[in-house]
Amino acid sequence: MKKLGLTTLLLAAAAPVCAQETPTLNAGDTAWMITATVLVLFMTLPGLALFYGGLVRAKNVLSVLMQCFAITALVTVLWVLYGYSLAFSTAGMEQGVVNFNSFIGGLDRALFAGMARDSLVLGIPESVFATFQLTFAIITVALIVGAIAERMRFSALLVFSLLWVTVVYFPMAHMVWSGNGGLMWDWGVLDFAGGTVVHINAGVAALVACIVLGKRKGYPTTAMPPHNLTYTVIGASMLWVGWFGFNAGSAVAANGAAGMAMLVTQIATAAAALGWMLVEWFFHKKPSVLGIASGAVAGLVAITPASGTCGPGGALVIGFAAGVLCYFAATRLKRAFGYDDSLDVFGVHAVGGIIGAILTGVFASADLGGAGLAEGQTIAGQVFVQLKSVVFTLVYSGVLTFVLLKLVGLILPLRVSPDEETEGLDLVLHDERGYNL
Amino acid sequence: MKMVVAIIKPFKLDDVREALSEVGMTGITVTEVKGFGRQKGHTELYRGAEYVVDFLPKVKIEIAVTAEQADAVVEAIRKAANTGRIGDGKIFVYSLDQVVRIRTGELDGDAL
Repeated sequence: MKKLGLTTLLLAAAAPVCAQETPTLNAGDTAWMITATVLVLFMTLPGLALFYGGLVRAKNVLSVLMQCFAITALVTVLWVLYGYSLAFSTAGMEQGVVNFNSFIGGLDRALFAGMARDSLVLGIPESVFATFQLTFAIITVALIVGAIAERMRFSALLVFSLLWVTVVYFPMAHMVWSGNGGLMWDWGVLDFAGGTVVHINAGVAALVACIVLGKRKGYPTTAMPPHNLTYTVIGASMLWVGWFGFNAGSAVAANGAAGMAMLVTQIATAAAALGWMLVEWFFHKKPSVLGIASGAVAGLVAITPASGTCGPGGALVIGFAAGVLCYFAATRLKRAFGYDDSLDVFGVHAVGGIIGAILTGVFASADLGGAGLAEGQTIAGQVFVQLKSVVFTLVYSGVLTFVLLKLVGLILPLRVSPDEETEGLDLVLHDERGYNL
Repeated sequence: MKMVVAIIKPFKLDDVREALSEVGMTGITVTEVKGFGRQKGHTELYRGAEYVVDFLPKVKIEIAVTAEQADAVVEAIRKAANTGRIGDGKIFVYSLDQVVRIRTGELDGDAL
């Protein structure tokens, strides 16, 4: 839906006017996409960093901020070197044909080869398009930090991030968004802004990572309450605002699709925040601030794949379902299985992403207020495609994350020592403390 | 001489300070402390993870007084810090052997 193949679109963009005309820059679209790009970067720095930073103990706050910051820098450099090319090169892709390039792009666009100052994609400068897509790669890797917080060694995290974004993220983005010939693109999956590529992908990687690393020392018997929920609420609020860049920006235009994406994002987020709050109120007798903020994030996650195709009614249902179900995932599921997904990346992002991905197939239907399914596609058929993509993502990301962590573990210890964990990562790894009060 | 030590609810500190001024006290020492008594602690819940917080924040007041002043001081604190609810705190009174004012070297009653 979203990112059509570059070559296709270079032609398609001009089509309505005149088939022969060369594509021209649309100033309105460009202005919006530069804004949207900044908003998505803002989601990671400082949005996600603060959201996570507030949830850890005071002795580890800097380690989380550092991880988010360093991932942003590292992924940016990799994006220049080969990331953009692996994700968005369309060389060798053919509609309906599954070949090597259905899974990953070639290296022909490495170092942004072929990108000139006036190169256009979809009527906006390719430089803007490439930066916009980069911010998605950044936040996906940064999301995983929440599962390994308070115990992973910084050096091991950097090596893992380098490998993971290369082997898991770039191919996933390619399979879903690169256009005709991309594996899941050809399946017809509806993933407007990254339910599979970003949230399920990061969420399952987070689950595998927290299991491979093991629980934090003392979990779950020692109290590990969030050290500053004010940061967490500020971070969640920044995520909410930034997400308009994420979803409405995924229209890659300032048009009606972007406007509707904005509206449904707002609706689903509100419905999910209320959903989590109410169900927590019912079970625990008190509505919590962390609960309503977590619910909002769950709603943002769930509406992400649907934001290009569902209508306001669908957004209400998707949001409310995500708020209620993610509550159970983050509170009950985690305890039942005993894994230490410290900041609930799996419970919010994978579970929210899966709910969103499946319901996207339902609420895309024009009968339910959506933008309409592809010609000849039924709701059941579309839901099947969505499910297939979810399962593929779970397996692909889950297995490769496991392998990569084991590989990194061969050359570097993944965790700090128990004594270092007790002392706190800020002092041990960075020789600093977050608060000198 | 007596040393009066009171553990009170933090938000009652200003009331207690005023009450002590009214009975002629010119100096007190205040410390932020934590502890528990019959009120016990409370539980906190973060995404389903429940933590029992045993120690609640309280304020400790220390005042050195003459033996004659002690009863009035204790009564002033008791009245000002009272909310009638559990967790209002306690007052302890000890005998005090010696007081020295550092600046002048004055002792005991002169130093108070």
